[in-house]
Amino acid sequence: MELTGAIITLIGSLFLFLGALGIFRMPDVYNRMQAGTKATTLGTILFLFGISIGHLECGCFGKISILILFVIFTNPVSSNALARASHYVGIKLTDKTVKDDLKKDNIENKGEKI
Amino acid sequence: MANIIYNIAGMISLVAIVLTFIRMILGPTVADRAVALDGMTIIAISLIVFIAYSFNRIIYLDVAIVYALISFVGIVAIARYLERGI
Amino acid sequence: MISVIMIVVLGVIMIVAGIIALHLKNLLAAIITAGTISLLASVIYLILGSPDVAMTEASIGSGLTTIIFLYALNKVQKEDKND
Repeated sequence: MELTGAIITLIGSLFLFLGALGIFRMPDVYNRMQAGTKATTLGTILFLFGISIGHLECGCFGKISILILFVIFTNPVSSNALARASHYVGIKLTDKTVKDDLKKDNIENKGEKI
Repeated sequence: MANIIYNIAGMISLVAIVLTFIRMILGPTVADRAVALDGMTIIAISLIVFIAYSFNRIIYLDVAIVYALISFVGIVAIARYLERGI
Repeated sequence: MISVIMIVVLGVIMIVAGIIALHLKNLLAAIITAGTISLLASVIYLILGSPDVAMTEASIGSGLTTIIFLYALNKVQKEDKND
């Protein structure tokens, strides 16, 4: 049981590393945000779950479950707010982008701020 | 055996914090730095839970819960300031 | 052994973040970089074995100070615009 938890924790830390690599290497704010939110959320879930499985005798499963639920609820919300704010400020997208729906929506209902 | 794998996982997440911090140094705009701060806090929560495992003290998990709550409030405040002022 | 490596790496990151926050021209970026220092300081307090100080540092140093700085920056820029 402890070895299973250790392997799950290792997979989670690899996801955290890939998310950090995405933040480091992607060309654009929005790409960085996408890599840095999805990969690190999954990585944190796996990391905490692995540690709580490996140590069932310490009785920390409840607290870690609350922490996992909190991360699932809050991390996409904060990233969404940040993405909308950076689009509102007017940070340029990268040159390879083919579609920008939020800009079209902002032009269509001009006058009322979304 | 399991102990060594846990330590390797902690070291990998420490390397991830360093990579995120390099983006915070380089980042051309403010939003890049805010994204880097977001990623850094979410990795630091994992690091705190790893420390709680490594020292075998369950009271350290409370710090991780407070840390997650406060970082969420800070990121939302920065986003709201960027949008129209607090 | 592993805690010594963590303290050294996080301490070096804190020092570099302080230097960067001094040299940035944009004030909002400087506030974000200064918030990093207290976030990492709370992890170091936790490794050194004091969870109460770490909790206080995370809530006051990172949350309250950043929000008060943002509020003050907003006030200052608004008064600059009026003049």
